[in-house]
Amino acid sequence: MNVNKSLLPLVNPLSKDNPVIVQVLGICSALAVTAKLEPALVMTISVTAVLALANVIISLLRNTIPTSIRIIVQLVVVAALVVIVDQVLKAWNYEVSKALSVFIGLIITNCIIMGRLEAFAMSNRPWASFLDGIGNGLGYGIILVIVAFFRELLGSGTLLGCQIIPQWCYEHGYQNNGMMILPPMALITAACIIWVHRSRNKDLQE
Amino acid sequence: MNRQSNLYTIIYSTILVIVVGVVLSVVYQALRPQQLENMANDTKRQILASARIIPSEGQTISDLYSSHIKDSYIVNNKGQKIDSDKDPFGINVALEVKKPADERLLPVFECTTDNGLKYIVPVYGAGLWGPIWGYLAFDSNGDTIYGAYFAHQGETPGLGAEIEKPQFCDQFEGKDIFSKSGEFLSVSVVKVGKEPADKAWVHAISGGTITSQGVEKMLFNSLEPYSAFFLNLLAGTPETDMTVSEPVPTFESTETAEVELNSVEP
Repeated sequence: MNVNKSLLPLVNPLSKDNPVIVQVLGICSALAVTAKLEPALVMTISVTAVLALANVIISLLRNTIPTSIRIIVQLVVVAALVVIVDQVLKAWNYEVSKALSVFIGLIITNCIIMGRLEAFAMSNRPWASFLDGIGNGLGYGIILVIVAFFRELLGSGTLLGCQIIPQWCYEHGYQNNGMMILPPMALITAACIIWVHRSRNKDLQE
Repeated sequence: MNRQSNLYTIIYSTILVIVVGVVLSVVYQALRPQQLENMANDTKRQILASARIIPSEGQTISDLYSSHIKDSYIVNNKGQKIDSDKDPFGINVALEVKKPADERLLPVFECTTDNGLKYIVPVYGAGLWGPIWGYLAFDSNGDTIYGAYFAHQGETPGLGAEIEKPQFCDQFEGKDIFSKSGEFLSVSVVKVGKEPADKAWVHAISGGTITSQGVEKMLFNSLEPYSAFFLNLLAGTPETDMTVSEPVPTFESTETAEVELNSVEP
């Protein structure tokens, strides 16, 4: 793929350097929020926003942060941003904040965020860090949405809460697969995605 | 200044913490009034939802609430109104259900609907992962459920979380919580094929067994202290489909039932 070099931080994480299926980060939340499509979408937006902002802030501070407490500084910045996102959602979009409840707070523990701050923002300029944040947020989101799509469709027969599997299927003996609702199926679905992805990208195979 | 020195590190972390602290408190203070209003509106929406009043486009919840909820008061478990300066709306049901039955403050909301006066009471209990709660609207006979609203904090999506769906809540419509002789029975939440013959029941959510059991327990524990209040209503309504001609035997019997219950449930 020929893309502008400056856009690489944005494009790379979408496939070649995807945080979930290549770096295998953020698996825990990919498992928790993917039983339904809607929370997966809101989680994608929240993580992308927090990651982009945190990346920019850390990148701006990168030359002042004392090395011995850099992880603590990163954590404080991420925690502050997440609390602000939570508070803003509670004030402006109470319904969504209720639907996501604990997941917003759990963004703090998302390994992708700390990973990107440490690996990228600490050694790159703000604009590149911003693109990297957006790219990784979306790369994470793509996988979340794909997993949630299959889990909601096969597990509940719905998408975004609308019934997709028609009634006559149920009348002819079709049943929703209750297994898909349970957390282990998120890992198995993610593993299938990795399988397909690896077989199409020979250079990623070990 | 040397960025690796201890002094620099201490000063840096102090400044960082102060800046972050100030930013967070400013955000909190600025958004607090809006958040409190959202929470109050959400509670109002839930109360109205139990009486099947859903705001239509352009209606605000608080207007709708004040036009339907004409009166609200607190009763005790003997069915008497308590004179209290507390706002029934502000009562924390989660704390009340932990108290012994005779100390509980029991809020009642009187709701005028197109189908007559309804009495709305809150319920609160535990599901599988966290608290579940809801509101039940009763017909003016104090016996028949007019509508139910349930909510939860973190039940499993697609399983326990289904208690908030209309498919589950709508089942409660028309169920009687008292037996013909005026004994408090509550409503059972049962599996298909296990329906009891002698009391009102709804179907549980398949795969959400513990949450469904939680709903059943919640209904019993939360509604039981209201029995006296509801029986007063029942005695005061001449036209019901129930035989109230026999003397209502109930006060003693409910109270003994209560004692037994309390000894079982810690």
